[in-house]
Amino acid sequence: MIFKTISKKDFNKFLEILIENNNFFAPQKIAKDKNKKPIYDLREIKNIGDIDFNYDIIKYPPRRFFLPYREVISSFKIENNTWEQNIGYETKVPRVLLGLHPCDINSLNKLDKVLLLGDYPSPYYAIRRKNTFIIGMDCEPKPFCFCRSVGTHTVQHGCDLFLIEIGDSYFMEIFSNIAFDFLKKVKTKDTTKADDDEYKRIRKLKTEKFSAKVDVTDLTKILDMEFQSDVWKEWGDRCLGCGSCARVCPTCYCYGIEEKIDLKFQNAGKLKILHACTLVDFAEVAGGFNFRPEKHIRLKYRYYHKHRGFVEAYEESLCVGCGRCGQACLAGITVPEVISSIRE
Amino acid sequence: MQYLGVDLVKPKAAFFDFSSCEGCQLQIANNESNLLDFISLMEVINFREILTGGKDDYEIAFIEGSITRDDEINRVKNIREKTKILVAFGTCACFGGINKLKNKFNDIEWVKKEVYGNYPVETNDKVLAIDEVVKVDFYIYGCPVNKPEVEAIVQSIALGREFRYLKHPVCFRCKEKQNICLYELGKICMGPLTRAGCGARCPSNGNSCIGCRGPAAEPNIEFMKKIMKKNGFTERQIRDKFELFSAFKWEK
Repeated sequence: MIFKTISKKDFNKFLEILIENNNFFAPQKIAKDKNKKPIYDLREIKNIGDIDFNYDIIKYPPRRFFLPYREVISSFKIENNTWEQNIGYETKVPRVLLGLHPCDINSLNKLDKVLLLGDYPSPYYAIRRKNTFIIGMDCEPKPFCFCRSVGTHTVQHGCDLFLIEIGDSYFMEIFSNIAFDFLKKVKTKDTTKADDDEYKRIRKLKTEKFSAKVDVTDLTKILDMEFQSDVWKEWGDRCLGCGSCARVCPTCYCYGIEEKIDLKFQNAGKLKILHACTLVDFAEVAGGFNFRPEKHIRLKYRYYHKHRGFVEAYEESLCVGCGRCGQACLAGITVPEVISSIRE
Repeated sequence: MQYLGVDLVKPKAAFFDFSSCEGCQLQIANNESNLLDFISLMEVINFREILTGGKDDYEIAFIEGSITRDDEINRVKNIREKTKILVAFGTCACFGGINKLKNKFNDIEWVKKEVYGNYPVETNDKVLAIDEVVKVDFYIYGCPVNKPEVEAIVQSIALGREFRYLKHPVCFRCKEKQNICLYELGKICMGPLTRAGCGARCPSNGNSCIGCRGPAAEPNIEFMKKIMKKNGFTERQIRDKFELFSAFKWEK
């Protein structure tokens, strides 16, 4: 690992270079909630002054830049009884994402395991992942964050650069040679003993600030034991079946495919739409049969995919502990509460 | 016309309006960019808004509006006898719509006076949805109907293919647009209960979902009422949302 420090002034110069040559996305204030608290999300930025460095969390996960909610994966031009297929992978201007927190960077690492390193790598995902430069930033744990419980509160890889604020400078972890080469354009300093100590102090302080916890000890086994538990029914009674949890989840990758034809019957396309396992029509197949007709069972399988199936396959949870699903759920179904009710 | 060697079905279609604002029919004439392609999927033989005259040998009848007078009852029964497929077209036809708010009042004379003053008006005591009078084969929801969805439905008919309605609530589509939940902004919204398929148009423009498409396949109505109350909304506010289009039952 290469560590450097950079003054905020020099870092801004660095960002200006990036903004000029790339599609640049950074946190921005997008609304205020009913208590006048600002809400932030990633937006395309043209001027450095538009970046809001005071952001707390990014409302919608960065998954959408790599795995869009809907995309045409293949299009067809139809003439008489023949057709011509066109598969266009997106290879446009390179993209920069600024301000991703460790949970979101780790969510991409988890998606990589399935979509890059799995048996059937996705070229659609790969091209976007390779084409995106990621600058991560350290964060302040919120009351609903439980990333520490699932081991995603630190970054080992998955971004190009990671920043921790130290006074008027940033302590930088340089993960990629692209980042290293880029940084030659601005002034950086080697870290000192004092910088290292400050880094350790800040990290220790952060670790102590987590209030939400999920006990994942032996969770795969406990989930197996509690497969028939009545607790699932209780949570199912609350579930609205709206799929908001999957829409705000940084790691959900399940999808459905629809065939779209234009009204002239000359062009068609396969439209891929990210789906949600809690929806009533998620497991409905041709002919109308539904493999998961019961709401509480659909909700249960959501937890089994995240906390059991994925753990068995990849030795880690598919949940990054960002807490977005619990925040988005009007019915108040949160991961820490569900898991602890299952353990009891 | 063919698609991949298979002949397309081109049904003779008719559009009829009953008690309504005729806005749903107007939607048919909207979206000019592909209007000619859309209209060519059917042989439109009876459509007062865009066609002079009209024939009666239609196979598919789109019925807009609800039933508020005796002559309308006879007319819709007559259409039912002639057509192979009868489509309830739009929220008024499907549920009774705004017109059905009248049914909440016991004194019809008071209602007439309140709405029309001294102007003489012929209207039944109770408003009926189309399926309360005749058998309906297919429902197209929305106030007004969503044109892209209508296009997809009519295209399915041409292809001889089943149209699959979305069964889940509006929230799923709303979150796809990366909107901020209206409850987070302190507003009441019917999105968690209402059938998706509108592209979450109202919440995407900062307005609460008013439930015009009626309930999703398995709406969690009782728990959602509790959530609405917990979010500080009064029973009256919640009930107004539920009853606006007569699409949601208030009582258990």
